[in-house]
Order: sequence, then C-alpha cells, then structure tokens
Amino acid sequence: MNAPVAALSPQGADGPSELLDSRFTVPGMRCAGCIAKVERGLSAVPGVAAARVNFSARRVAVSHEAGLTGDAIIGELRKLGFEAERAADNPLAREDAETKRLLRALAVAGFGMMNIMLLSVSVWSGADAITRDMFHYLSAVIAIPVVAYSGRPFFASALMALRYRRTNMDVPISIGVLLATGMSLYETVHGGAHAYFDGAVMLLFFLLAGRVLDAMMRDRARSGISALLGRMGKGAHVVRPDGSTEWMEAERLAPNMIVLVAAGEALAADGVIVEGRTTIDNSMLTGESEPRAAGPGDTIHAGMVNLGNPIRLKVTAAARDTALADIARLMDEAGQSRSRYVRIADRASRLYAPAVHTLALLSFCGWMLAGAGWHQALTIAVSVLIITCPCALGLAVPAAQVVAASTLMKRGLLIKDGSALERLAEVDEVLLDKTGTLTLGEPRPTDLAVLDPQAQSVALALAQASRHPLSRGLARALREAGVEPAAVDGVDETAGHGMTGQWQGRTVALVRPEIETGGLAVDLLIDGTRHRLAFADALRPDTGAALAALNALGLHTAIASGDRAETVAQVGRELGLEATGAMQPADKLALLEARALAGHKVLMVGDGLNDGPALAGAHVSLAPGGASDVSQQAADAVFVGDRLMPVALAVRMARRTMQVVRENFVLAIGYNVLAVPLAIFGFVTPLLAAVAMSTSSLIVVANALRLAGGAGPKAGEGAPA
Amino acid sequence: MSILGFLIPLALLMGLFGLACFFWAMKGGQFDDLDGAANRILIDDEDDGPAKAEPARDTR
Repeated sequence: MNAPVAALSPQGADGPSELLDSRFTVPGMRCAGCIAKVERGLSAVPGVAAARVNFSARRVAVSHEAGLTGDAIIGELRKLGFEAERAADNPLAREDAETKRLLRALAVAGFGMMNIMLLSVSVWSGADAITRDMFHYLSAVIAIPVVAYSGRPFFASALMALRYRRTNMDVPISIGVLLATGMSLYETVHGGAHAYFDGAVMLLFFLLAGRVLDAMMRDRARSGISALLGRMGKGAHVVRPDGSTEWMEAERLAPNMIVLVAAGEALAADGVIVEGRTTIDNSMLTGESEPRAAGPGDTIHAGMVNLGNPIRLKVTAAARDTALADIARLMDEAGQSRSRYVRIADRASRLYAPAVHTLALLSFCGWMLAGAGWHQALTIAVSVLIITCPCALGLAVPAAQVVAASTLMKRGLLIKDGSALERLAEVDEVLLDKTGTLTLGEPRPTDLAVLDPQAQSVALALAQASRHPLSRGLARALREAGVEPAAVDGVDETAGHGMTGQWQGRTVALVRPEIETGGLAVDLLIDGTRHRLAFADALRPDTGAALAALNALGLHTAIASGDRAETVAQVGRELGLEATGAMQPADKLALLEARALAGHKVLMVGDGLNDGPALAGAHVSLAPGGASDVSQQAADAVFVGDRLMPVALAVRMARRTMQVVRENFVLAIGYNVLAVPLAIFGFVTPLLAAVAMSTSSLIVVANALRLAGGAGPKAGEGAPA
Repeated sequence: MSILGFLIPLALLMGLFGLACFFWAMKGGQFDDLDGAANRILIDDEDDGPAKAEPARDTR
C-alpha cells in the first residue's frame, strides 16, 4: 500500500497512452476519511491511473493520461470538497536528502554500537588473554568502517570550520573520535588492556541522534509550510490568438501576452487591463486594506488579487521585471544580517573546545613530567578527551528545541529551525503589520444578524460552492457560527455575477449588488427578497488578549503598516498601540535597522509581500498562515488559524526552552567537572566512560522532555494534526 | 569457547541484515508519510466486498 505512485499499475489506462505524474497540495486534508475520499474520488475520474496521498506533506500525487490537464484535476478535487493547488517540483528534496543521510549514518552507528558493546561487555566481565585480543580486533573491524561512515557529517563540518579558521562544536568531537579510534587501534595491535572503540562509536551515535532530531524538526515544519504555500500567482491562463487558453508558469510569461485572471486568483505579472471591470485587493503588495476598483486601461501589478470579475490583462512586465522583483532584491540584502547569528551550541563550544584541549594537553605533559611513559600519558590524555567530549552538549540543545517545536506545532505554530527559537527568546520589541496580521486579511461579513437562521443556512449552501473570496469569507464565518448548510439543489456559478440555486421550490441567489456600494458587499436573494451583507477585514478575534500577553512578557509593541495613515492611526488608537502608516517596504526595513542600532532585538510579524524585506531583516520574524509565499519563506515561523495568540505563545515557549537549554548545559558541564579529575588521575576505564556518557545523555534528554507539557491554552482549530 | 566462532559471525550477520532492511525500507519510501500510515488504518476496505452488516457501535 505504500508503494510510490509510479510503481502502481495503471488501471483505467487502456492503450499505450503515456502517463504523467502531477503533484498537488491539498491543505484541507485532516483525517483518514479525507485520504480515502481523495484517493477513491480521483481514481474514479476517467484518465486518472492512480492517486496517492502523502498525508504528512498534505500532497497528492496523481498519475494520469497526458490528455487530462492539471486544471481538470484541480476541478475534480474541488468537486470532492478540497481546495488544491499545483505543487512546485519537490522544492524540499534537498533537505529531505540531508535528513536521510543523517538517518543512515545513525543506523550504521547504532548497528556498530550494539555489536561493539556486546564484545566490550565480555571484555569488562573478565575475558582475558587471547579472547580479549580477538574481541578487540573484532571491535576494530566493526568500528573503523562505522566511524568512517557515520563520522563524515562531523568531519566535513569540522574541516569546513577549520578552513575558515573558526571552531565549532564539531572540531572537538572530530578530534576526540579520531584520537580515541587511533589510540584504541594502537592498543589492540599491542595487546593492551583498554580499547575505546565502544566509547567512540557511542559518542557518534548520541550526537547523530541529536542531529537527526534537529533535521527532522526542520523537515516537519518545512513540509507544513510548503502545504500552505502555492496560493499566489505561480502562473496564469494565457489566451491564444485562436481563443483557447493555456496554463503557463510565471517565468514563461512574456510582455504583450493576454492572460485571463479569474476571481480569487493572484496576478503573476504586471499588466494593463484590456477587458472587464473588477475590484483589486492590494493588501499583499502594499498593505492597503481597502480594495480598489479597476477597469480597462488601469495598470495592476503582480501579487495583487482579483476579488471581483474575471478580467483580461495585457502583460507589460513579467518575471524578473515586475514590481515584486524590487522587493525580492531588498529581501536578499536584508537576509545577510541574519546569517551572522551564531547558534548557542557553537558559542558554547568556542569556550569549551580550547578549555578541553588545553586540559588534555596539560594532563599529557603532567604525566610525562611525573615520569610515566609517553604511552601511559597519551592514554590518559585520550581518556580526558573522551570523557569531556561534548556528548551531552550535543544533545542538550537539539533535544530541548525539538520538544519545544513539536509542542508549538500542536498549537498551530511551525518553527523552521532551532536557531529561530534561540532568537525568539532574546526578543524585547514586537513590530506588527496591520492588514492580514492584526486583521484576518480576508473579507468577513460585518454583521451576520441581518440574516435569519434559515437564510443563513441557504447562504452557506450557496457560498461553500464558490471559490470567490467573498463567498469563502462568508462560508467560513457561517461555519464558525455553527450554521448547517440548507439543502439547495442545482447550485450554479456565473462568473462575475454570483451563485444561484433552488431551495424548497424557491429560487435563491447570492449575487453582487447591482448598484455600486461603498465597500464590499453581497446580496442574498430568496424569491426576490433582498438581504445585503457588508464585508470588512476584521481584527483577529483574540487581538486584545494576545497584545496583553505580549505586554505581560515585557515586550514593547508597535504597528508598522503600508495602509493609509488615517486607517492605521485609528486601529492604533483602538488597540492603544503606537502606529505608523503609509510605510514602503524600504521604510519598514529602515525602521528595523534603527531599532537594531539602538540595541533592541525586534520580532517582526507580517504577512504581505511588502513585509518581505522586514521579515528577512528582523532579528526574528513570524508570518500568519494566510501570508504570501514570499513572507512565509522569509519568516522564521508560521502560525496557522485565526488567532494572534501563537505569537505570544512562541515567545513564552522560546524563553522556557532556553531556560531548559541552560539547565542542560549546567548538567552536562557539571558531569564533566566530576568526571574530569578521575580521567586526569588515570582512573577512567572504558567501562566508566561508557556508563558516564549514557547517563549524562539520558539526564539531558529527560530534562528536555519537561517542555512537552503546559505551554498555555491550545490554539484551537486550525492547528495541523 | 569454539561456539563463539559460530555465534559472533551469526550475530554480526543478523545485525547487518537488519541494517540492510532499514536501508531498503528507507529507499522504498516507507518513512515518507508516517502520519498518513497512522491514519490509513482507519480507512475501511474497498467496498467491492459483500455488503457489511456491521453492528452499530456507540463506543470507539
């Protein structure tokens, strides 16, 4: 059942027609029922040979005949009740390969450790003479290939650091492992009593476990985020001279092409409208919350969303020349500062590595002076290195961060890596974007009470069948209010007009108002009776509570928005926050740099394309799940759902994590303080080293597990399962 | 003691076999969708079998 799609035998395909593999992200899959529904529903479609869901990545791989287009499959998925988007060609393959490499190294180290330990236990329990020598040789035969294979990630990283004349955690690890292996080999050949093969391999095993945890945490967050991605203009329907349309990726669009933009679609290129009047949502590009009307002759830009009617657009600039490209350039520059951050484990090892190496050298010299032979002195120096090798240190940080990240993930916050948690803990100021961050970023009905309960169920039945942004906002608001859809038959959508259907023998419709209204609105018609629903972009439901929580954490909070100054000032007054409006992307970045110069560590929370540079340049950044792809990729973490509380939760959890990491450091170093004198005076045997190493690792992991409980209230629905 | 000459290679071979199985499973994509595998157990079998007369159960 777990075979990849390509290996499934085509069922519906008769004849030699070639099969294509396409991948779609389906963020709405949440349960086993959804997997079955998608797979069976798609397999029943003529032309589909096989469909296979990857639930972890919220993706479905479809093997289909060339005649069936991607749009048709997306349409079928919509009929099944799931929104889908084309998935980019496995953008995360590289990270996956990295995790797999580490996992393989871990498996090999585990195999080696178990077998060597088996032999070592016999030696410790008294095997001697020829048996001991044979066991040492056997251990060497197992250990040397294992160290060579499993140690590669550390050796490579240590070499890289040394080449740039720096040290990191991997330098003392590599030296320790290599010296221990070399020394043990010498002992084995000369029939010595002590070989440290078990210690060296065990060390690699524990450290690799830490690395694998770290990599898996990153992968899980990335696949969660990539399931959210892909809603923005990845391409467009190009109209050919003969009137047919063809889907083209954004990179292949060229000036003077005519493209068709449906309601709810994002633009993939800059252009001039040639046909159709509509309403354009600027909020992603500029932060402006009020949609504006646009008609033939108006220029609109990539990243804007078409809210109203389908339009035809003549492309004036595509790909690298769009307004978006400027933002991308700013982001590249802003991202540079982030890469200068040094992880806490590396900072610790900057102090730790020289201390340990000096200690080992001193004990070597000390024993030489005391008259011991160079062989005994070297053995003792190596045992000092092994006993101080940062085994628990290597686990101390990743174990705590992984536990914290998975706790946060359950509450709807996807952290991209451990360094984000470290930086989050240092934050002392928060800068919030307004549109899409403090607000929901999508139109919601301002007052549902204008409809009676029956009308509400009819409205839900009509709205849930459409992809139009207003319909989606209405459907979501009604579902949250606990409304059940009425049984409406023959639901039909007329692009640019609205939805119609039959309910209890009466004609019902959800249409756009015939007269121009001030803001956004829809009309619900039941047998000619008209109810008007006004829409607005509302604040997130728990904004007040979340801001209070941030305040309680001692964080200074302010708003920086690209929206009109008056609108922003009004929201600022409402929430009691300092607010600046009408900011360009570069202004936000400049503001952040000014705060950083003043010695503050700023957390930036934003969603729009215009926030991209600020998100990349801030000390640490968060983006909501509804944010643009660019912002989600630039941010260190993404929170899903309607609530703002995950922002406060993230900071609180990050601080607790760093507390645990510090405790772990104290535990790990405390153990060294106890063990090192024993090693220096030559009392450490391989048995003692193995016991000490595993207990300290277990203590550190157990301490990290304390983070799993009690991170405050759950973020409720919207959290990925 | 001569039994060691048999048991140690046997232990090593079994270990290597386990390792090879793990590599093979990883290559085959067995660990690509762990959440999905956990959920798939809940999916009812294909409904091409005889109509199931399952007793109504009110507990999980």
